[in-house]
Amino acid sequence: MNLEATSSAAPPLGHKIASSRLWRDRIFRSILLLSIAVALLTLFTLLIDTFLEGRPRLNGALLENMPSARPARAGLQSAIFGSLWLVGITSLVSLPLGVGTAIFLEEYAPKNSRYIRLIELNIQNLAGVPSVVFGILGLAFIARGPLSWGFTVRTGAMVLTILVLPLVIIASREAIRAVPPSIRDGSLALGATQWQTIWRQVLPAAVPGIATGSILSASRALGESAPLLLLGALSFVTFNPTSLDSSYTVLPLLIFKYASDAKAEFHVVAAAAIIVLLVVLLAMNATAILVRNRFQKRL
Amino acid sequence: MASQSLAPSGQLLRQRRIELIVRSSLSLIGLVSVVVTIAIVASLLLPTLEFFSEISIAEFFTSKVWAPLFNPPKFGVLPLITGTFLVMSVALILAVPCGLGAAFYLSEYASPRLRKVVKPVLEVLAGIPTVVLGFFALNFVNPQIVQKFWPVGDVGTFSALSAGLVVGVAILPLMASLAEDAMSAVPNSLRDGALALGATRREVCTGVIFPAALSGIVAAVVLAFSRAIGETTIALMAAGSNPRFTLNPGSGVQTMASFIGFAGIGDQPTGSTGYKTIFAVGSLLFIITFLLNIVSIRVVRRFREAYE
Amino acid sequence: MTESMTTQDPRGGVEIRTGFAQPSPPPDPDAEPVFRARNLGVKYGNKPAVHKVTADFSRNQITALIGPSGCGKSTLIRCFNRMNDLIPGATILGEVLYHGENLYGPDVDAVEVRRRVGMVFQKPNPFPKSIYDNIAFGLKVNGIKDNVDHRVETALKGAVLWDEVKTDLKKSALALSGGQQQRLCIARALAVEPDVILMDEPASALDPVATAGIEELMQSLKEEYTILIVTHNMQQAARCSDMTAFLTVEVNEQTGDRTGILVEYAPTATIFTVPKDPRTEAYITGRFG
Repeated sequence: MNLEATSSAAPPLGHKIASSRLWRDRIFRSILLLSIAVALLTLFTLLIDTFLEGRPRLNGALLENMPSARPARAGLQSAIFGSLWLVGITSLVSLPLGVGTAIFLEEYAPKNSRYIRLIELNIQNLAGVPSVVFGILGLAFIARGPLSWGFTVRTGAMVLTILVLPLVIIASREAIRAVPPSIRDGSLALGATQWQTIWRQVLPAAVPGIATGSILSASRALGESAPLLLLGALSFVTFNPTSLDSSYTVLPLLIFKYASDAKAEFHVVAAAAIIVLLVVLLAMNATAILVRNRFQKRL
Repeated sequence: MASQSLAPSGQLLRQRRIELIVRSSLSLIGLVSVVVTIAIVASLLLPTLEFFSEISIAEFFTSKVWAPLFNPPKFGVLPLITGTFLVMSVALILAVPCGLGAAFYLSEYASPRLRKVVKPVLEVLAGIPTVVLGFFALNFVNPQIVQKFWPVGDVGTFSALSAGLVVGVAILPLMASLAEDAMSAVPNSLRDGALALGATRREVCTGVIFPAALSGIVAAVVLAFSRAIGETTIALMAAGSNPRFTLNPGSGVQTMASFIGFAGIGDQPTGSTGYKTIFAVGSLLFIITFLLNIVSIRVVRRFREAYE
Repeated sequence: MTESMTTQDPRGGVEIRTGFAQPSPPPDPDAEPVFRARNLGVKYGNKPAVHKVTADFSRNQITALIGPSGCGKSTLIRCFNRMNDLIPGATILGEVLYHGENLYGPDVDAVEVRRRVGMVFQKPNPFPKSIYDNIAFGLKVNGIKDNVDHRVETALKGAVLWDEVKTDLKKSALALSGGQQQRLCIARALAVEPDVILMDEPASALDPVATAGIEELMQSLKEEYTILIVTHNMQQAARCSDMTAFLTVEVNEQTGDRTGILVEYAPTATIFTVPKDPRTEAYITGRFG
């Protein structure tokens, strides 16, 4: 074999690929970085602009005052309590319903039944329905119609529960599925019934995942605005809810109200309220991630 | 030593009873989601049928004036459709390329350090409430960007463009994360094979990863469509409530979703025509997003089967 | 036939048994065997996994099930504690008598069966709880509330784990070594006082030292319990068991189905020295499998 002849035919290894090809690569990579930059830039602009605008009004009075027609006196208290009531009840109700459905689908339902497949498809669909449609449902059947609960905390909580339920179900199912089958086998081989296995082994092991899922759904419920627009939560409410039948408003809608007001001074209040909302949401999401990271190592 | 008989002990009988109760309760709970969907359809159906008994379908779908709450009312839904189309298109033009780009970068190029920064940023962006984004669109994007740079005509307080850009930002994280999932599912052997042939990273992306992840990416785009169409608050705050029949993104418009929000605020009396229009438009919205969701789920299922 | 040699490992500390196990006194021919399988078979959907196994398993003996992979040993053993019930599409054919009672009778609750017939799995599967809670779990679900501490201690002693963990029973079971975890799983099974212990390749995921520990444990357990062990390790079967059952795979020419069948079942020493069936001899001498 004549090595010299072969090596002179092929280009030496140090030869660079055609520069146009290289340039196309560089341009491509820059475009990709640009995409990420768009996301980063938008987020930072939003946060900074909102902070600068709302900073003048960030003080204790903001949290203590009730909404008012005078911008200088306007506060957030009724909305904060309204949100607490609504999100609290939503979490309390959606958790057992969501986890129960997840247990049913993962542990008890026959896997290849068409009926069960339909339920699963249905849940996936519900997760993708625009949130305003849940407001329509609430308006037709819950606020008015057969239940006629009016524009009350009870109605708002029920609508939010329905909206958030698919998320809780999906997160709980994943958490339950992550429990290794060997744990179930070990428990059943000792003479435990299926429910004993679920209650004493599977659920305790799935708790971190379920907790993360429910914190994230709660933060979703906290930020919702569209469905509640149809349920009277935009009204001017200057008192905290006292019962399930109280009228109410929530923080996102108060922000909406202040932001849409013709008077520019209200926009500052809106920005301050946004800061409050974002801080709370950040705290909730950080907690959820902390829970997930801390307990995921165990299994 | 345990007794030899296999007859269930008293303790087991009690557990069996508990098991039965649990099983029946859980099956009932499982039905809740089904009941919800039925309720949504039912709540939309009847008023919609009533609506169309009074207003002709022809007028609804062909007339170019939408003024249901005025006197005399006009029920041409086309302005809402063009409005939705405008906002949706702007949103998708922003979200799809940027989302794909971010996904490509995260999946194929990014160092672990960069991923640790970018992924949380995207998650934070995904968690920002729409009312906050609407405020941003109204307060910043419209005056600082659209009004300054949009060349066609005068841009007022509201514009489809500002709403569309911000809706795009809202769905960008969804697009990026779904596309990235699709790309991660492509087996490394394909990447290695292409690189071993002397392909550059870009060529691997466009020639190997993109076609292999295509169905997942398509599913992501369809889902992004659905989200953009259904977005209410941003459109209401930034695009306004004037149902203009136009294709100029610089003008204010009303989308299907923002009309529903707008009409809902107005507290329409039950049974009035205004009340029924909410349901008619709601049905249209629900059907469109429902179909899009089904398509997306189908595509994802086919895509999952290809790799399992 | 009763050769039993033990050699000292020159590195010190570990006694490795070689040769055949001490056979138990010949079983009383009038005593009821613990399990009687008659034409026992298992089908997954339409595919037969195990075909017509007929054998008696006697009390206080260790029976090893050996054979090439895929011959249905694990599937067979899972018939005896009705774990196959949990697999959708699995059908049991034939009959299994447990102390004369039909294991699959219409009035029999599978959960009750599993309280009498314990199981140790191939990969140790301790619960993500403390050592104490792992053992106590079986007691709790069976409604045994008295003397829990004492029962936990007895179980751990029975599994030769007590001395190693007695100082900290609250420690997480997942912090134990592989061999310790497997002995914990055995202790867990012992705590509910079963009659029979089924072992599905209990030492295959363990190192040789831990394996030796399990094998010694089996010898001491056999005085009180009946043990059925699946193993792909022939030497282990030869060392530890009193009876050996050899299964192999039969391939259906037309459908391609692979089915397990029982070829030979005899005292261990017989199988390993004078096997009757040529397939047994081929497997034992290493010509296949």
